[in-house]
Amino acid sequence: MAAINRDDVAHLARLAHIEMSPDELDRMAGELAVIVDAVKSVSEAAGDDVPATSHPIPLTNIFREDVVGHTFTAEEALSGAPDAHENRFKVPAILDED
Amino acid sequence: MSDAILTFDEAMEKYDPVLGFEVHVELNTKTKMFSSAPNVFGDEPNTNVNEVDLGMPGVLPVLNKTAVESSIKIGLALNCKIAENCRFARKNYFYPDTPKNFQTSQYDEPIAYDGYLDIELSDGTVFRVEIERAHMEEDAGKLTHMGGSAGRIQGADYSLVDYNRAGVPLVEIVTKPIQGAGSRAPELAKAYVAAVREIVKNLGVSDARMERGNVRCDANVSLRPHGRERFGIRSETKNVNSLRAVEHAVRYEIQRHAAVLDSGEPVVQETRHWHEDTRTTTSGRAKSDADDYRYFPEPDLVPVVASREWVEELRATLPEPPAERRKRLQSDWGYSDLEFRDVVNAGVMDEIEETIAAGATASVARKWWMGEIVGRAKNADVDPGQLGVAPATIVELNKMVEDGKINNKMATEVLDGVLAGEGTPAEIVEKRGLAVVSDDGPLLEAIDAALAAQPDVANKIRGGKVQAIGAIVGGVMKATRGQADAGRVRELILEKLGVEG
Amino acid sequence: MTEFNTTGTSASELIRNSAAQLAEKLAAREVSAVEVTQAHLDRIAAVDGGDRGVHAFLHVNTEEALAVAAEVDTIRAAGGAAAEELHALAGVPIAVKDLIVTIGQPTTAGSKILEGWRSPYDATVVKKLRAAKMPILGKTNLDEFAMGSSTEHSAFGPTRNPWDLDRIPGGSGGGSAAAVAAFEAPLALGTDTGGSIRQPGAVTGTVGVKPTYGGVSRYGAIAMASSLDQIGPVSRTVLDSALLHQVIGGHDPFDSTSLPDPLADLVAAARIGNIEGMKIGIIKELHGEGYQAGVENRFNESLELLKQAGAEIVEVSCPNFKYALGAYYLIMPSEASSNLAKFDGVRYGLRVLPEDAPMTIERVMGATRAAGFGDEVKRRIILGTYALSAGYYDAYYGSAQKVRTLIQRDFEAAFAKADVLVSPTAPTTAFKLGEKLDDPLAMYLNDVATIPANMAGVPGLSLPGGLADEDGLPVGIQLLAPAREDARLYRVGAVLESLLEAKWGGPILASAPSLTELVTSHGGSR
Repeated sequence: MAAINRDDVAHLARLAHIEMSPDELDRMAGELAVIVDAVKSVSEAAGDDVPATSHPIPLTNIFREDVVGHTFTAEEALSGAPDAHENRFKVPAILDED
Repeated sequence: MSDAILTFDEAMEKYDPVLGFEVHVELNTKTKMFSSAPNVFGDEPNTNVNEVDLGMPGVLPVLNKTAVESSIKIGLALNCKIAENCRFARKNYFYPDTPKNFQTSQYDEPIAYDGYLDIELSDGTVFRVEIERAHMEEDAGKLTHMGGSAGRIQGADYSLVDYNRAGVPLVEIVTKPIQGAGSRAPELAKAYVAAVREIVKNLGVSDARMERGNVRCDANVSLRPHGRERFGIRSETKNVNSLRAVEHAVRYEIQRHAAVLDSGEPVVQETRHWHEDTRTTTSGRAKSDADDYRYFPEPDLVPVVASREWVEELRATLPEPPAERRKRLQSDWGYSDLEFRDVVNAGVMDEIEETIAAGATASVARKWWMGEIVGRAKNADVDPGQLGVAPATIVELNKMVEDGKINNKMATEVLDGVLAGEGTPAEIVEKRGLAVVSDDGPLLEAIDAALAAQPDVANKIRGGKVQAIGAIVGGVMKATRGQADAGRVRELILEKLGVEG
Repeated sequence: MTEFNTTGTSASELIRNSAAQLAEKLAAREVSAVEVTQAHLDRIAAVDGGDRGVHAFLHVNTEEALAVAAEVDTIRAAGGAAAEELHALAGVPIAVKDLIVTIGQPTTAGSKILEGWRSPYDATVVKKLRAAKMPILGKTNLDEFAMGSSTEHSAFGPTRNPWDLDRIPGGSGGGSAAAVAAFEAPLALGTDTGGSIRQPGAVTGTVGVKPTYGGVSRYGAIAMASSLDQIGPVSRTVLDSALLHQVIGGHDPFDSTSLPDPLADLVAAARIGNIEGMKIGIIKELHGEGYQAGVENRFNESLELLKQAGAEIVEVSCPNFKYALGAYYLIMPSEASSNLAKFDGVRYGLRVLPEDAPMTIERVMGATRAAGFGDEVKRRIILGTYALSAGYYDAYYGSAQKVRTLIQRDFEAAFAKADVLVSPTAPTTAFKLGEKLDDPLAMYLNDVATIPANMAGVPGLSLPGGLADEDGLPVGIQLLAPAREDARLYRVGAVLESLLEAKWGGPILASAPSLTELVTSHGGSR
């Protein structure tokens, strides 16, 4: 496994939508390198024949009947909104798409 | 900036198209995929939501059983295998219409896989489209871009988010690459989406209204030179949301790809946006490292195990498949092969069925849809079913004609009035003063005048040449500006002249 | 206060009662629920605030708590069916970790990103507390989003350990543990993802239980790592934890991972009082090297006591536990990176605008998350994003999920030999504030003995095992049982607790500092 470097952290911070200053990137890269080194033995612990466990207690087919339950009013839905307009959440422009 | 394109024929001469479709079907369950908030279209913004749909801190999803059953039914109708065991996964990406900033979807374990659909083209050729998978997921909220140019994302000042649609159950149906369609590719594209739409509507699992986004299509197109096996680089045209648009978008992308390849440039792997107004696509987002969705099994949901008993139980509830239904309808309606194929190709089979159910005869329903509405829809550039003619309107119009209240010519005029939003047929007849003149008094006057104006003709009729009567009837109709019942006029003329008809 | 003490029980004595004792006195109408609640509110006012206060609470819910208490008193005074139907814990106050959402009070998760947010819904466990008419005293401090082992990662300042105010109370649930240890609340709710209930219990001399995964609904607990998180009780006695577990446990249709099984009678288990013939397994890998000498001594004493009580001590080996910490630090941040994506400044909570153009939603999200999250949260989000990213998934997240299978197999083998397993809860007693703050790895090692239970979903209980010889600070003893066998923890825990109390001449917390110096210097400052 490759060590984690500053460019990796910058890429991950972009994926995670956390703006980071150059100093922060440097510091984070150093800290993560130590942690990643400490956990790397995990990748060699289990052979190919060992299945993965995603849920600690195996349950299956937990369903809800298709029956309407409670809803919020628009006012309740928007009660914590940083910005709203005409009963909708307001966000700055999305420029990612062009 | 508009892209260069080749003509379709040129493109076909040089290249072989490969298609692929991702069709999203919104299920018509009462509640959402993972929350008990109502799944209803068109309500006030942010009222069909609870804490789950808004991605509030601490919330957890619980799967809608009916949505799972609908998904299995779709899988079965698409001739898929149903996974004995499948899971949900999180697809991680940030977007303001996605309340948790991940979409709960299925990744490597779809509920249905390995199916096919036989698509009948307009000339009766059957083309098999192979289905890779059908998986369950949730819809996103609705973004409205404000300011800037006309609601487009580019240049918008801000956007507004309504989460009513967030969490609506979706089934995404993904085809395997479709090869060998050649110049029939655009037609096949339309026919495939129409077939999927027909199936989910027939199953009763979706309202299947494309204009409401119940069925949405992303169309993948790539070209390769004839004879080459390896696929070209594909574009993905997003949200092509009518049957005609699917056909046009595929045709356009084939023409555009051909021009790019001809210029020696590589095709860019990207999403494209479809514009109905110009019938072109424009470049969207290029594939980038931001597309690292970091899928992992959804820890808040447990696996779905579809026992064989459950699957068979659901299979037993499936309605008649559309192809069999078509055979039955043709026989019930007594249409010839050609008549029926025209009806299917015009896309009005469901509408005719509904019109018959509303009380019209098969021939009356066909006469109206094929004779009047299809042409108008073509002029208006919409699908006939979307023109705005309710089956009840046709039944009402037809009854007025049969009762002799109006004639056929007037009926088409009333139909135009209905489409112009002037009201119901009865209201329009009233408003425009349309009525067959049935009081014999004014007719007799007009007949006298017509006979007096054409004494030679009158004599011929008296002499037994009844076929000459047309000239007199025409004169009467002219005088009454077409409001007379021609049959009644004929009877009165013969009566007046003392001739047996 | 004194005029309410018709039973002659002073307020300072009232707060030293266990929940079970309070419940008895309330039922006998020896004290009123308002008196009990007010006594705890007064204690909070006396010891929690100020520069040297315990700072267990982020929010104190005075009016609502007293209103609920008054309602209980009214019902009890009226008698009849309504009084009969009151829950045994009605009127017994409780503190709630601020990771659990509550209508009518703030919920911050210890983070600036949720400062000022009010939940429009109650967590399922909170609904159950309300149904039992337990006055909620307030919301307790925690490491931001429960990420930490010291409560120093709270955006609102650390909680201090009532045993030594310069030391950490453990984490992430240091607030709940400290509140109970400082007699500010008889009961509290915690959440445990890698030890956040049990490790604070160990270092504050309190009892904490992580139930079987799915045993208590997670609905309304702000998720860190969904497949590891569990809500559980915090108390001063094993019986009290059983009483609270009985209130909050059971199936919840709003949590798909909630066990459908009916809840066992845990209170009855805590009252069995006999462990003769039970097999208790010592996990070879979870003591000895790396464990403080005083911790090891108290652990060995507990084994002796269990043996004297008629249990058979066996040794078991869990060789894959050595991978547990590493696998945990891949799975937990992976799930957390996804769970915390929703905090983006769009729907609720903090929104921070970028300092420079362009003002796009992407930049607003980036600036909001940069300003709203602390360093430890960012570290875990970035680590989790890395472990899930293309090209690394199999080596990291995928491998960690396989280790999870190995750990489950180790537990299966161990529980084939033993009914209950035992280990120290934490390798050391409480360390000094700031001591490990700049060394994330050293901080992570605190959870080495508690993490395996979360990885396998099995239940764990920590109870005070006495004080370490070298520093006089509490040591925690951890009991582990197979999934769905939480009752065994209460049965063995209650027996061990009584033997330890006999040995130490009373509850260990009786020897904790009275904090009266705080009362004199800061009394009523809040």
